[in-house]
Order: sequence, then C-alpha cells, then structure tokens
Amino acid sequence: MPTTVETQNPKQDTDLKDLAQDVVARAMAGGATTAEAVVREGDEFSTVVRLGQVETLKEAGSKSIGVRVFYGQRAASTYSSDFSRDAIDRMVKSALELAKITSEDPFGGIPEADQLGSIKGDLDLYHKDVYSLPGEERINYARRAEKAALDADPRIKNSEGGSFDAATGRKVLANSHGFVGEYRRSYCSVSAVPIAQDDAGNMQRDYWFSVSRNLAKLDAPEQVGKIAAQRTLRRLGARKVKTAKVPIVFDPMVANSILEHIFEGVNGDAVYRGASFLAGKLGEKIAGANVTIIDDGTMVGGFGSSPFDGEGVPTRRTVVVENGVLKSYILNTYTAKKLGLKTTGNASRGLAGTPGIGPGNYFLQPGTKTPQQIIGEIQEGLYVTEFLGHGANLVTGDYSRGASGLWISGGQLAYPVEEITVAGNLKELFFNISEIGTDLEFRGSVASPTIRVDGLMVGGE
Amino acid sequence: MVNQNHFFFEHYGLTQPDLERYLAAALSAGGEYADLYFEYLSSTSLMVDESMVKSASQGISAGCGIRVVAGERTGYAYTDDLSPARILQAARTAALIASGPAKTPVVGFQDKQARSLYPVTLPSVDAEITAKVDLLMRSDASARAYDARIKEVRASYADELRNILVIGSDGTFAEDSQPLARMNVSCIAKTEKNSARGSSGGGGRVALDFFFGEKTPEHFAKEAARQAILQLDAREAPAGEMEVVLGPGWPGVLLHEAVGHGLEADFNRKKTSAFAGLVGRRVASDKCTIVDNGTMPWRRGSLNVDDEGQPTQETVLIENGILKGYLSDKLSSKLMGIADTGNGRRESYEHIPMPRMTNTYMLPGNDDPQDIIRSVKHGIYAVNFGGGQVDITNGKFVFSASEAYMIEDGQVTFPIKGATLIGNGPDVLTRVSMVGNDLKLDEGVGTCGKDGQAVPVGVGIPTIKIDSLTVGGTARKEVGGFMQ
Repeated sequence: MPTTVETQNPKQDTDLKDLAQDVVARAMAGGATTAEAVVREGDEFSTVVRLGQVETLKEAGSKSIGVRVFYGQRAASTYSSDFSRDAIDRMVKSALELAKITSEDPFGGIPEADQLGSIKGDLDLYHKDVYSLPGEERINYARRAEKAALDADPRIKNSEGGSFDAATGRKVLANSHGFVGEYRRSYCSVSAVPIAQDDAGNMQRDYWFSVSRNLAKLDAPEQVGKIAAQRTLRRLGARKVKTAKVPIVFDPMVANSILEHIFEGVNGDAVYRGASFLAGKLGEKIAGANVTIIDDGTMVGGFGSSPFDGEGVPTRRTVVVENGVLKSYILNTYTAKKLGLKTTGNASRGLAGTPGIGPGNYFLQPGTKTPQQIIGEIQEGLYVTEFLGHGANLVTGDYSRGASGLWISGGQLAYPVEEITVAGNLKELFFNISEIGTDLEFRGSVASPTIRVDGLMVGGE
Repeated sequence: MVNQNHFFFEHYGLTQPDLERYLAAALSAGGEYADLYFEYLSSTSLMVDESMVKSASQGISAGCGIRVVAGERTGYAYTDDLSPARILQAARTAALIASGPAKTPVVGFQDKQARSLYPVTLPSVDAEITAKVDLLMRSDASARAYDARIKEVRASYADELRNILVIGSDGTFAEDSQPLARMNVSCIAKTEKNSARGSSGGGGRVALDFFFGEKTPEHFAKEAARQAILQLDAREAPAGEMEVVLGPGWPGVLLHEAVGHGLEADFNRKKTSAFAGLVGRRVASDKCTIVDNGTMPWRRGSLNVDDEGQPTQETVLIENGILKGYLSDKLSSKLMGIADTGNGRRESYEHIPMPRMTNTYMLPGNDDPQDIIRSVKHGIYAVNFGGGQVDITNGKFVFSASEAYMIEDGQVTFPIKGATLIGNGPDVLTRVSMVGNDLKLDEGVGTCGKDGQAVPVGVGIPTIKIDSLTVGGTARKEVGGFMQ
C-alpha cells in the first residue's frame, strides 16, 4: 500500500515566496502599475472502501500559480500549472497583454498598503498528523466506518462505502505594495454512506462524517458509521404528506444552508448591484430579535480561518446581524469601494479572475433550548434533515426546495417523510425563526444550531 | 505505430516507448488494466458588468492521470509535472492498488478516433479577444435597450480548448481536441415596488463564429431581459400535486434527474440505484423513448471519444416505456458484462472516470403542443428551469422552474414565481400522457455534477404533459371553493 512521506523542507517555503515575489517583480518590470501573485500547492489522499473491499485509492500532489496585473485601473489575470521559467514568462506577458483590452474601472485595484497584513499568533490550521497514518491504517479508517454502519442493523444491506480523506495545502500571496504572506492548512475526514432496505425492497441512503484539521481530533470511525446507520434507518418507510402550513424544525445540516442565504444576501457583490433582497438594509431589522450572526475568520483551528484574506487583508470578526438588525455587509476591497465602505477582509481569491467574497467562520449564535425541547413543543410539524435542489432566488427572496425528514406529532418524531417541498420567502423567513437550538457545531466554515421556522408552506399531496 | 505529429508528442516530446514504459510501471504490481490520460487545457474568460470589461483571464493547466484497475479496485495518481520521472512516480503509486506479479501491456496502439463532431480552433486567443469583448458589449447594449426597467446587466464569455491523449494497456490510443464555448447574460429588472432577475446563455463545442451567426449576443440578451421583466409581475406559485406541462428544450433536465443518473451503470452494478434490476420492465408510459447521444455535431455534451478513449454513441435508455439499458464506462462494462457505451467521462486529469451522460433527450411524439395545453384543467406550464438534483437510491428528484405559468381550463393565464417540482424517478414518466412533436435541445448551458466532478452535458425534450407532479409553491390550491 502506498504511503506518503511529508517532507518538511523549509527551503521550499522560501522558494514559493520568492517565486510569488519574482512574478510580481516581473509584472512590474513589464509595465504594470500594480500586481499580485498567488501560489498554491497541495497534496491529497483519498480512499473508499465498499463492502469491506478497497474500491478506490487516490494519491497526488499539485501546484498552480496565478497573477493579477493592473495598468492603472485596468485589470487582467492569468494562471499556469507549469512552473517552468518559460511558462511563467508567458503567463506574465499574457496578463499584461490582456489588461489592455479591459475597461478603466474607477473602483479597481489591490488594497491600499495600510490595509495589508496578517493577524498575529498561531491559528492552529496545520497538523502534519493528517498524513501520519501508514497506508493500511488509513484504509482501515474507511473500512471501520463502513463496517460499523453495516453491522448496526440487518436492514443495512448495501453501502456506497466508507471513506477516509486527507489533504494539506499551502498558499502564498504577494503584491507590489510589498505584502508577502503564507499559510498552510491541513484537513482530514472519515465518512460512511450506508444503504438500508425494507421488506418491500425500497431503499434509503444517508451519511455521516467527521472532519478535522487534526487527525487526533477526528471522531472514531465506529462513531461515524453508527450515526450514519441511524440516520439511514430512520428514513425507511418514508411517505408523502398533505400540503399544509406547519411549523418546521431544520436540523443543523440543513439550517446552515438557510443561514448561507443571508451570507449571499449581504455579499457586497450582490448588494452593489441591487441583486439581493438585503441590499440597502444596513441598520434595518432583517430578522427577529433572537437572531445574531457572526463571521469570524480568526477563530483558532477554524475551518474558515486564515491569517489574511485573498487580497492580503487581515481577517477579522464581523457582527453581520445583531439582535435582528443588519450591522454589516460582507466585503472585499472592490465591493467596499463601490459601496463607500471598508473591506471586511473576506476576499476569496481563485487562481484567476476578480477576487470574490467568501466566509470566515460564519455562524448563527446558539439559543437556549435543546433540539429535543424545540421538537417537543410542536403538535404537528415537520423536521427537515435533507434538502434536494437549490431553489432560492436572492433577488426576490422567493424560496422553494425539495426536502425530506421526519413528521412531528405530539412533540415526537413520528414517521419519515419524503417527496415534499418547503416554500416561502426569505424576507419573512428570518423574522419567523421562532426557536434557536443550543447545538452549534462547526463541520465546515458555515454552521447553525437547530432552528424552528413558522409560516412556511409544505408541498405534498 | 501511431502518428507522432500529435499534440503531446510535439509539446512534451513524448515517444511511444515512453508511453509503453509508463504503462509497464503502472502494471508493475499486477492489475488487469491501466491507462494514462494526458490533458492540456487552455481557457479564457471575460466579463462585462455595468457596461465595462471588468474581468479578463486566461490560463493553462496540464497534467497526466494514471489509473490502474484490479478487479473492482481502482488506484489513481496524477501529476501536473509531465517529466518522465514524475509520470513514472505517479504510475508506481497507482500501481500499488494491485498486489501480484507484473503484467505486460499490449504492444502497439490502435488509434480509435474516427469522427470530427466539432471545429477545432487553435488557442490563438489574442486575435479573437477583441471580437469576444465586442460580443459582450453588444449583449449589454441589447439587454438595456429591451426595456427601461432593466437596470443591471452582466454578460460573460468563457471558452476552452482541451487537448487529450488516452493510452490504455489494451492498446487504446485516442487523441482529441475538444473546444467548448459559452456565453451568458443575466439581468435585473427593477421598479419602485420590486425587482426580478432573468438569465440566458448558450453555446457548445463551437468556434467563435457561432455567436455571430447561429446564436447572437442579442438573442441571449433579449431572452434574459424578457424573463426578468416577466418575473416582475409573477404571482405566487401553487403548492401540491397537479397537472404539469413542460415546454420543449431545457425542461429536459427532468430526464437528466429523474432517469438519467439512475441509469448510470456504476449505481446499478452496485445496486444503489432505484432503477437496479429494472431492465426489461416498464418505467415510463409507452409514449416515452429516451436516448443519450454523444454523437450530435457541436453539442455541449458531445464528444468524438469519451475520456477513456472509447468512441461515443447513441444509446437507447427507455424505448416505448420499457427500460433497455444503462450508460457504461470500461470498468462497469467489464464487471457487468455489458457493452461500453462510451460514457466514461471525467472532469480533468485529477479525476477518476465514471459513467456520465452526454446529451440526453426524449424523442418527439405526435401531439400538437397547443392541444397539450388545452387538455389541462388546472396545472402549470413550466418552460424554463434552473438546475435539479436526484437521490439515486430512493429515486426522488427535484428540478426548479424559473419561468412558469398557470393553466386554467386549457388556457395559459398568468406567470408564477419560481418553484421546485419534486417527484419519484422510476414512476414519474409512467404519468406522461401526451408527448409533443416539437423536440428541442437546450441552448448549451448544462453542467452536471457527480461525486464532485463537473462535466458539460446537453438535455432535450418535446412539450410533454405529466398527469400529476408535486409543485412546491406557496399558494394553497382551491378545490370546489374549499381550501384544501
């Protein structure tokens, strides 16, 4: 079985920084007025074990470099996966050529020098232990997760497998204002996707996973497999329900996708175009008084943490919504200038193109009731555990999605339901979050506790 | 012996003995089959926003993915450094999926490519770049001229040329140059009261001249603007089960979600699909015949050869309502003992190929589209969609209407807001009672995601009537004067 040897070569760190600064220097020598370069390097390992046998084993490393140049207010960008001197020369030259055909944009440009920087202190984003397991042990992680699911109940008869993934990445950013920064991040995860079958032959699938920057903090594969089995088994025998307006409880896995709609709605790009139901609402009530939403790119060990954003601006903690009042949009340099505001350090930089906007660690502040208490207070209602499709219109706020979950009757989860829709309007939805759970847990850069929402339409028979 | 005047031979100095050496390394620990996938992708994208060219980018990515198959096991490694040492290292990594004596690959490759479904333009991007910018500025002007309420217009153009070389230990040798171009326009209409959005786009495996002749920037711009203006006055969509008429073209995304994914061979080999074991059984009304066809000239989902070097084909999935077969790649065809339908695709050299759709559509029937609408008492007429999604195991699928109307007593009455439609794949098509004579393919905007891999696809459908489907709106439907 293959094993990966992580070599910690400090010289290589310097090389990537040097390379990024060299690209910036070459762009400036070629006539750019400002320039910015990004270098990314990463390794990935993944394995899937299905029905006890290794199904896939994948292992590789890759790297890429991108440059963004400005001629005054005209911008263009290019990238390459080839690091040879010739290829990089071509990349810089193409960017300089390309910038001649773009428009003078009065708001274009990289951040001012005084905005650049890196937050101090160790964010604890990189643990080399994600690659510490020998090859056979990694496969066993996947195998153990799947086995726990398969062993949980005789109705678990099939599986899409258990998997173990590990990855590390390094990112370097440099620009012509003298900024150069670098960080590394690691990631590992274990998951199981069991399939249960009932006597009638109907199948259901669900999944569970654990993810961490640190192998030592990953949940035991057995725990992951067991939860995956429970989540799958409870879906067996799902039925449709009558069309009705009832209270809906969203579990954290689906509540976070609802929370993301506020992020999309306060994203500076949508705001300056007026393409959001939240544009122009700064300082106004957009949600109930129980709703406080934070974006914090500085949390130690966070999945959305980094010392600086995609433009070299230090990350920070931003209160987005406080007691229902919209306090801040989420911005990068360009959208901040368009709106006459300051960047919130949320630029996300791909290899090419204009920087976008991405979350740090973005979450809804937890409330005081447990999920059981929230469900216990509902006579007839719906507990949603999965969404299907993407039916949100950020311009109008119209919202309609496929869903499945469990019916709530007399304060208890009564039976599974499927092939239904949940619909309403986001403008009202956030005022109708009547309960927020205590169960906030980060499994990615966006997290929400369980929430209860009233007034949505459930579409069924 | 293959012609050495090929892209990778020229650009990277590859030789046939090199390729044989890499395959031998891939099979050095046993394994039944190995292949190498070389890819060189150059891409350009441009965006006009607020009538300015705000973004222009170009890039090149290249690499080689190496796969080794041993039974149901797949080992995979890739490198973006195409030097012999790194390719050999990747080959040896992938090799370790197997454990046994070394195998010898077939000596002498067979060039499989026979077709040319699309024009191939060299990425001499610089000469054409101002023409591309001009297209975007034209669409911006056209959308704004459509109606004074159109306040925001964003137009983008993206194209790429993907050169691939697939070498297999069974003697497979396939090379292809695959162009892909797409233009998109999105608009926001605003009044004092409300706002709405509209978008449109299209393209295919075409050269730039397509956008000057076949589908002009004005065509896409007017369509996006029309939708945005229409949505300003849309009313609440209904909720619950009702009759649904789908218009021709992009609503074919129904087929992609409801049956297409469920018929991909890997899910059926593993019996994780709701369609597993249903070949020969009725899964649709006898008016429904559905095919997947990768051989349509210039279409977005078409390919001369798939990403395993196999020529694409037209595959009948459902014939007069009876399930005929699956979409397969090399691995599933071998393990299931079925034909390789040329549907082995991957996003890039970093990804393992798997069965994927190409262009999936329903053949036309005999009904007049007007008669279909006239036959509906209470239902919706959905003509444009966003995307969709399916859970292949329980068969439940959704697709989201972005332009739809109420039909009452056989008449199209008023536009309704976007709504998700939800159904069950293995039985939704049994409720298709009318099929129009107006088959249309979509304009070339579809991208399908599976297991984190995105590939371009096409869909198509004539006007059809589904007798009952759940519509996810917000308005209760009134039945006989009582609220249900």
